[in-house]
Amino acid sequence: MIDLTMLQPPTLPTDYTVKLGHTKTSTGKTIRTEEMIVNMGPQHPSTHGVLRLEIVIDGEIIVDCIPHIGYLHRCFEKHCEQMTNYQQIIPYADRMDYCSAMTNEWAFVLAVERLLKIEVPERVEYIRVIMAELQRIASHLIAVGTYGIDSGAFTPFLYTFIDREKILDLFEMTCGARLLYNYIWIGGLSHDLPPNFIGQAKDFITYFHPRITMLNDLLTYNEIFVKRTANVGVLPKDVAINFAVSGPQLRGSGVNWDLRRDDPYSIYHKLEWQPQIGKGEVGTVGDCWDRHIVRMREMEQSLNIIEQALAALPEGNVKAAIPKRIRPEKDAEIYVRTEASRGELGYYIISDGTTSPFRVKARGPAFVNLSVLPEIVRGGLIADLVLTAGSIDIVLGEVDR
Amino acid sequence: MTAQEIFDILKIRFGDALIEEKLSAAGGSASVGYAMQVWINIAPDKAKEISFFLRDDSAMQFDYLSCLSGVDYNNGTLGIVYHLSSMVHKHKIVLKTFCTKENPHVQSVSDVWGTANWHEREVFDLFGIVIDGHPDLRRILLPDDWEGNPLRKDYKVQEFYHGMKVPY
Amino acid sequence: MEFIQTLLANQVLVSILLSALPLVFIVLMVLVVLYTEMKVAAHIQDRVAYMRTGWHGVLQPIADMLKLLQKEDIIPTKSDKLLFRTAPFIAFTGTYVAYAVLPFSSIYIGSNINLGAFFLVAAGSFVVIGILMAGWASNNKWSLIGGIRSASQMISYEIPTALAVIIVVMITGSLNLQDVTKFQDGGMGNWIVFGGPLPWMQKLMLMPFTLVTFFILFVASIAEVNRTPFDFPEAESELVQGFNTEYSGMRFAMFYLSEYANLFTVSAVVVSLFLGGWSSPFGTFMSGPLWGIFWFVVKAYMFMLIQIWIRWTLPRLRVDQLMFVSWKVLTPWLFVCILGVGLILVL
Repeated sequence: MIDLTMLQPPTLPTDYTVKLGHTKTSTGKTIRTEEMIVNMGPQHPSTHGVLRLEIVIDGEIIVDCIPHIGYLHRCFEKHCEQMTNYQQIIPYADRMDYCSAMTNEWAFVLAVERLLKIEVPERVEYIRVIMAELQRIASHLIAVGTYGIDSGAFTPFLYTFIDREKILDLFEMTCGARLLYNYIWIGGLSHDLPPNFIGQAKDFITYFHPRITMLNDLLTYNEIFVKRTANVGVLPKDVAINFAVSGPQLRGSGVNWDLRRDDPYSIYHKLEWQPQIGKGEVGTVGDCWDRHIVRMREMEQSLNIIEQALAALPEGNVKAAIPKRIRPEKDAEIYVRTEASRGELGYYIISDGTTSPFRVKARGPAFVNLSVLPEIVRGGLIADLVLTAGSIDIVLGEVDR
Repeated sequence: MTAQEIFDILKIRFGDALIEEKLSAAGGSASVGYAMQVWINIAPDKAKEISFFLRDDSAMQFDYLSCLSGVDYNNGTLGIVYHLSSMVHKHKIVLKTFCTKENPHVQSVSDVWGTANWHEREVFDLFGIVIDGHPDLRRILLPDDWEGNPLRKDYKVQEFYHGMKVPY
Repeated sequence: MEFIQTLLANQVLVSILLSALPLVFIVLMVLVVLYTEMKVAAHIQDRVAYMRTGWHGVLQPIADMLKLLQKEDIIPTKSDKLLFRTAPFIAFTGTYVAYAVLPFSSIYIGSNINLGAFFLVAAGSFVVIGILMAGWASNNKWSLIGGIRSASQMISYEIPTALAVIIVVMITGSLNLQDVTKFQDGGMGNWIVFGGPLPWMQKLMLMPFTLVTFFILFVASIAEVNRTPFDFPEAESELVQGFNTEYSGMRFAMFYLSEYANLFTVSAVVVSLFLGGWSSPFGTFMSGPLWGIFWFVVKAYMFMLIQIWIRWTLPRLRVDQLMFVSWKVLTPWLFVCILGVGLILVL
């Protein structure tokens, strides 16, 4: 029998003390004022999951913001140690950032492959790049759509979901799954591309270019949207680097840093594309609008990458010869970082010579990106907090792991 | 800059604070390209000092702390691994620091890299390593009244949490 | 004895019936608007909305209403119970009283008072009391913020509304809405938005001012019904549901009803002040008491469609921007309009 009173969450010790103040009214009377502590989340509609922000507000102005995470903690790292082999971890890696599962499993698989010093066939690399970039578009579409909701515009959200459906259809065609794929395997892929994939992917590219323009017209350059996001939640360059922020958020702050180019993996160096950075076109460099526009432009770049990769896709096998039991040498360890949709996704794996890893640490971009939130929301309004948190584009599955 | 060069500079400057190094793997190259497999072992109570040097020295400029992970080596030793990289010079280095299970204390580097704040809270939460000098050392992923540190190899899960049976 | 009884009964019955007419109208209108809103929103967003309850889902609003009626009426333990219970009714009353002075037709107006326009402005601000009460009584910080936001928003936007009304009153010389409508009778050219039935010179000079005033009143009316881009009191992504977060069932339905009824009221105000109310746009063609009702509702309905369209297109402003728009853009422009209209009328 569960004692229901025990289920109340424990009151967490926050070292913040509410400041008391006094204000004189027009009649000369002095009234007591105090700051208010409000819980934003875990069930708040715009915390993108189960994030809980404890905010201290003075009127509507944010005095302080303390994120509380861990509501979705699923012991990913402990699970990895308990698995009997490395392949079993891939579906778990899928579930880390469920909006961008392809890039997640790729990062993990890449780490294991480097640990084993496996070279995968050229065709596999191309297909992985195509999949990862499609996934990046799908993930950015969610980010942009939910950002529209955060700013009060509901319609762009559904438009982005229509487009995302088309990408998910491509994935479903390839591997049967729409959200969590388990497609990228150690040493290769689970299946080769289906025969009509290339044609459909090309159709998608021609379909999607005008859709980006339409989304820009509807949301990005909307007068109200620009007014809301320009100069809001400004993340300066040095703070961004100091907090190891990555992905569109880092590039939004004007740092030209993309692991696909700066720490190359796979075949990205063979393709023509440019990292997009925020330039402060409507406000300050590093504001919410910059992060938004970086995502919009990255989608176009991803389309370019897919187009080139589809054109250059070589024939061949999709599975490399790998040992039946994956057993990296004892005490081998590796840290591999890749550019996932939300930024630097790193896996630190230590092997102890058995078929299961000794330690797996996942460095999720959302976790690190979120940690900078308190620094950039102070002094803004509640509405700004919502937009700033939205522009970080967190996925709580990855934050809490 | 290769890991060997970084190690040499650190050795001259900090001496005993550097305990050992493992620079043999993969030709000792810590430059752009392959994974980071070479590492330098630093004393846990000098972590902050060395970090400040690594961040601010113009030849190093390790401004980006990629990852900070705790490890339980299952031999009475706990460790923290710092994966650093530099956006300016595009080189990388791995630092490791070890402490015993009986006296798990490591200096905080969250003054040096803001990102270390949450990573160190996570290490404190899951490994029980006390981070000295951390501004806000609370559990981060688990509830504040959880017992034990789950990622330790000898972790036994508690029977009940607020009247709910934990092992399933 | 019997005679007195019938007389009394008749009088009571007649007045009850007359005053209940708008209520019936509100319920029917809300059902239609709900359906329209969902369908329009859906088609804006490339979907089809409900299709299964009846032909193209026409019965869905009724089903929604029945569902809301059956829901449990949850009252939070620590709320201020009296205020919490009464708030929805006060909000609805505020909306409902406004219907008393709406000139539906040349022969039907709830109460043909001489201060009609003034009464409308006053009744409009009555709603905010209900919302503020709801926000306060819920004992929920988000609701409280929603309530306070609502109050500040209403106060800010009452002023442009009142100023716009003043301009119409300057032109027509009456606060009686029936008179205002009669003033504009006789075709589209006589509508105040096009300068009213004045001599040609005056009309042409008035036109820019009345057009601006009309537009401002329209913006202010969107703000008064708390719809996007001014939906602060219930800004979903910021304040959960704002002042009605804690409400459920019938009481929530009251707020809902009030919101949509208010939507009609503000549209009706714009229509009767600027677009000739019940008068036919084609002069004597299709005009008459019954046609009057038709034109009045159709015109108001057009405005609701535009408001729905705006709601599903635009993002939300921020609180300080909302105040900025009201105090630093709309109000100064209206002062300019008042000056202009006054000068033209004096000349």
